[in-house]
Amino acid sequence: MNTEQLQENNDTADGQPVIEIINMHKWFGDFHVLKDINLRVMPQEKIVVCGPSGSGKSTVIRCINRLEEHQRGKIIVNGTELSRDLKNIEKVRAEVGMVFQHFNLFPHLTIVENLSLGPIWVRKMPKKEAEDLAMHYLEIVRIPEQAKKYPGQISGGQQQRVAIARSLCMKPKIMLFDEPTSALDPEMIKEVLDVMVNLAEEGMTMIVVTHEMGFAKTVADRVIFMDYGEIVEENEPNEFFDNPQHERTQLFLSQIL
Amino acid sequence: MSTNSEVADIKPPAINVGVLGWVRSHLFNGALNTIATIVVLLVGMKFIPQFIQWAFIDSVWFTSGKECHEATGACWSVVTQNIRFNVFGYYPYEHQWRPLVAMIILVSMLVYSRDWKKWNRRLGYIWLVALFVMGLLMKGGLFGLVSVESTKWSGLPLTLLLSFFGILASYPLGVALALGRQSTMPVIKAFSVVYIELIRGVPLITMLFMSSVMFPLFLPEGVTIDKVLRAQVAIIIFTAAYVAEVVRGGLQAMDQGQYEAAESLGLNYFQKMRLIILPQALKIVIPPTVGVLISAFKDTSLVVIIALYDILNTTKSILNVPEWTGFSTEAYIFVASIYFVFCFSMSQYSRYVESELEYKAEEK
Repeated sequence: MNTEQLQENNDTADGQPVIEIINMHKWFGDFHVLKDINLRVMPQEKIVVCGPSGSGKSTVIRCINRLEEHQRGKIIVNGTELSRDLKNIEKVRAEVGMVFQHFNLFPHLTIVENLSLGPIWVRKMPKKEAEDLAMHYLEIVRIPEQAKKYPGQISGGQQQRVAIARSLCMKPKIMLFDEPTSALDPEMIKEVLDVMVNLAEEGMTMIVVTHEMGFAKTVADRVIFMDYGEIVEENEPNEFFDNPQHERTQLFLSQIL
Repeated sequence: MSTNSEVADIKPPAINVGVLGWVRSHLFNGALNTIATIVVLLVGMKFIPQFIQWAFIDSVWFTSGKECHEATGACWSVVTQNIRFNVFGYYPYEHQWRPLVAMIILVSMLVYSRDWKKWNRRLGYIWLVALFVMGLLMKGGLFGLVSVESTKWSGLPLTLLLSFFGILASYPLGVALALGRQSTMPVIKAFSVVYIELIRGVPLITMLFMSSVMFPLFLPEGVTIDKVLRAQVAIIIFTAAYVAEVVRGGLQAMDQGQYEAAESLGLNYFQKMRLIILPQALKIVIPPTVGVLISAFKDTSLVVIIALYDILNTTKSILNVPEWTGFSTEAYIFVASIYFVFCFSMSQYSRYVESELEYKAEEK
């Protein structure tokens, strides 16, 4: 990975949070899914979000690139406030990479086409250059030999690595991971986590929703625990795991560890 | 493993392979299948020889209608003696080479363009030129070609014209309506829903009537719009509504994750639809789409109701001539085979497209 470039990207926003969520609320119909969420993410910070299912943790990161709309409060990403303005939304999305639980690769396109699509159409990059870029990132996720195949022809772990590479091709400033290993067979989880650890070491700003507590311990700068749509506890990983303050956190940790 | 070589060499029982195996597994596979096979055989034995006797042995081919009435077999003369009127209708007799050439150009262009790997800008220009030449041949009025009113256009050229432009224009319109129906913009959504439901609630015949009888009443005096064009527009509007519903089915079958992945890359609405959603959604609905388009092709025969003479109507006119009354079976077999050739080609082409678009997911 091109460390200097990442550094450079992040330097511009130094001292300023790249993501700022202020008093954000969200409802699905009448159901209050997110309650008064406040979060500041600094450049190069790695944040792991955990919590029981239905706690709203996926919804939070989906709000950050506006796959979900929030109804109250503010979300400012890389200096742009998310509103109904489509231009702003597209601008934010181009800077924020997203990796999904179910990969969501485009099945009708080859791997290399999956990767080069964003750079070609959003970044207006010449096709040849975009394909070179795609190959570069396929090498980083260690599957350049699969470039000409279709997503349906490779394993789940490989698909998820391709999905990560697809996001990286957009040279994002922030990467969001929505339970990236939950849909994978156990033997494939490691290959995906390895890629994510490398990415973290290169200095990428990351928000990861995951139940992989090993990953949280080694990589995260902060761990956030959510329950019933609220941020219950927020701490650096050692404190979080060894000395959880809140009762609900203690219960959750006792169940999964 | 050498001890097993004898076992390895044993062939499957003769009853399971070869002709015998095929017959057993396909024709006499269980009691029901066996009964079906026997019934079909018996019926075939009764009717096929009779049909061959009638159609080929006792038939007459190039006679007058009078001799036909005396023959015991089929009277193919009703087709051969009237072929030019049947195919070209009221198009001026001495100029009928013009629609013939136009049809040959159309069919050749379609056959040539069947492989979309050849689709490029150049082919687009060739199509524009071809369409212009076809229009010129049909309409005339330039380069010394005698002008022929569109009211005289009839027979197979009219059928092909209405079908070709009907299908060509209704497909993109239908896709646009399907997208409109899913739109988050209330005005566009409402328009699409009203359009689709309104048109689907009305028979094509009514649409043709309205385009032919009612629509001109709304035009200012002195303004007339070509009757063929009005029928054409009615067919396009009608078919588009059906295409739209089929395409909507494809859009609904799409995984929400595909929309989200496209959006999270920063693609705008048109890029997302064009590059990600439509290629997949349209592929899913190829079979029902082709069904709708084949229907549209056959439904062009309804223009008889507004006194346009497509190939079915020219056939009817021939059968109204006293000399040829009573030979409707032969005449309709001929027309049916023309319809069949076109519809079957469309159906085969759709299967080819479908197999070409497979993602080859199984070929590891």
